[in-house]
Amino acid sequence: MKLSLRWAWWEYALWALMLASPAVLPERALIINEIAIVALFAVSLDLILGFTGIVSLGHAAFFGMGAYVAALLAKHITPDPLMGLAAAVAAATALGAVCSLSIMRGSDLTRLMVTLGVALILAELANKLDWLTGGADGLQGVVMGPVLGRFEFDLYGQTAAWYSLTTLLVLFVLARRLVQSPFGATLKAIRDNRLRAMAIGIPVTQRIAVIYTVAAGIAGAAGALLAQTSGFASLDVFEMRRSADVMLVLVVGGTGWLYGGVAGALVFTLLQNAISAITPQYWTFWIGLFLVVLVLVGRERLLKPWTWFARGGKA
Amino acid sequence: MLTLLFDGVAYGMLLFILAVGLAVTMGLMNFINLAHGAFAMVGGYITVLLMQRAGVPFLLCLPLAFIGSAVLGGVLERTLYRPLYKKPHLDQVLFSIGLTFMAVASADYFIGSTQQIIQLPEWLKGRTELGEGAWMLGMGHYRLFIVAVCAALTVALQYILAKTRFGSRLRASVDDQRVAAGLGINVNVVFLTTFAVGSGLAGLGGALGAEVLGLDPSFPLKFMIYFLIVVAVGGTSSITGPLLAALLLGVADVAGKYYIPKLGAFIVYSLMIAILIWRPQGLFVRTGGKA
Repeated sequence: MKLSLRWAWWEYALWALMLASPAVLPERALIINEIAIVALFAVSLDLILGFTGIVSLGHAAFFGMGAYVAALLAKHITPDPLMGLAAAVAAATALGAVCSLSIMRGSDLTRLMVTLGVALILAELANKLDWLTGGADGLQGVVMGPVLGRFEFDLYGQTAAWYSLTTLLVLFVLARRLVQSPFGATLKAIRDNRLRAMAIGIPVTQRIAVIYTVAAGIAGAAGALLAQTSGFASLDVFEMRRSADVMLVLVVGGTGWLYGGVAGALVFTLLQNAISAITPQYWTFWIGLFLVVLVLVGRERLLKPWTWFARGGKA
Repeated sequence: MLTLLFDGVAYGMLLFILAVGLAVTMGLMNFINLAHGAFAMVGGYITVLLMQRAGVPFLLCLPLAFIGSAVLGGVLERTLYRPLYKKPHLDQVLFSIGLTFMAVASADYFIGSTQQIIQLPEWLKGRTELGEGAWMLGMGHYRLFIVAVCAALTVALQYILAKTRFGSRLRASVDDQRVAAGLGINVNVVFLTTFAVGSGLAGLGGALGAEVLGLDPSFPLKFMIYFLIVVAVGGTSSITGPLLAALLLGVADVAGKYYIPKLGAFIVYSLMIAILIWRPQGLFVRTGGKA
């Protein structure tokens, strides 16, 4: 599935539908909000996994960083959500820039370990600096002000859903523009064959560093949205399961195609809610089984109905 | 001081036995297997359940744990793992995470989420102390037992790898699969055997470690990181690399938790990242093999 620079009509329709969803289904606003956050997180992972081919098991590091920064800012400095969002993105971007130095060398295994290690270190820090982060109890009592000074967060999550969806839209447009640019083309060249990309004069190290940093910033935004809309930040934002989940989300929707994150988030969140309603304790078993079957059958083959559906929509 | 060092060594030896199978299979098939901890958990549960429900003596349980995990590993290798060797790493990671999730949830479902306790036989319970003052060396008998078993296993493994015919076949396959196959080595059988033995060793490690590391359904997730550190830092081309890495990790972890409990695991992870940035292929690698 290729996206062209110009938007197809189904894309406009999709976004219109998504932005309208909190109004149409107000009782489902909370889950719509969740889907938007997961989608944003998955889009950011797609930038590095789908477009650059870096397998990361520690993307939750940036997500968690964003969540904690947003929550701390709201608690101690200003309750304004947009300020918190900006600060979270800035912090996660800075962290991403530092971490991008660590993923340049070595094999897939090395990168896997380094990304995982960063997430673990941050989790450990958040756990041990309990005077700042609340430790294992999580950071409680975060009260958010109204968005833009006008829209209060309500109990049913309608404002939250719109807030998250709008953020998702803005950052998605940005990411979409980025991968359609010549810069994005060089990324794909690096993913497909790093050696040849280097040979035709693409500054591989620098490109990977930039996209990793950008992806980190977007993941930070997703984390900030979670902290702000739930009014809570806890250690589980750093968990490896979160990194694994977002990878699953992306793979379900398809990598290297930004809508994969959005589609995957929709399927995954609904599935997770459905399964955990049946067996609250053991739903990870079914997620695991799903992963195993997915890989054994082949990612592309299992996803055929989806691509077929999307292509039909475009034609 | 010495006691701490001793505990660290015992811990490191245990980690080595748990992770060596992973190191060999990863070097052999270039397969990122995050489900290795699940085999260790199986071994641990075999021991605990046999001892609690059937009253089998501890020493008899250890070989049974080895055999059980090895058979399971062999069966899974043949049915599930083999088609994935040629797939990209992303698929392998997803697959093995899925397997781990399933193992965790199943253990939770069938056995319960409480931590299992092993009743050690009397002769392993005591503690011997040598010397005095700052240089006192206190050795728990069980830890001494672990060190002895693991050291024996290490020597045996090294012998098999360096001196026997199977060992040279294995090394040839690790270095270059295609050439090895061209020389008439049945690479598939070598893979199957190695995978089964590696899983078996993990199972044995899980059984030995159930008392020290604790055994509950989240075991594969908790210790997967440690196994991977051992492999990533030690490199996958020999068994001395992972051994040294495991000892280093064991001592650093025990000492770190003792001296600076507030930073605990922090030190280990930072050390790992620093080492991996410095030597991305691991600390102890032989050049010339397959990357």
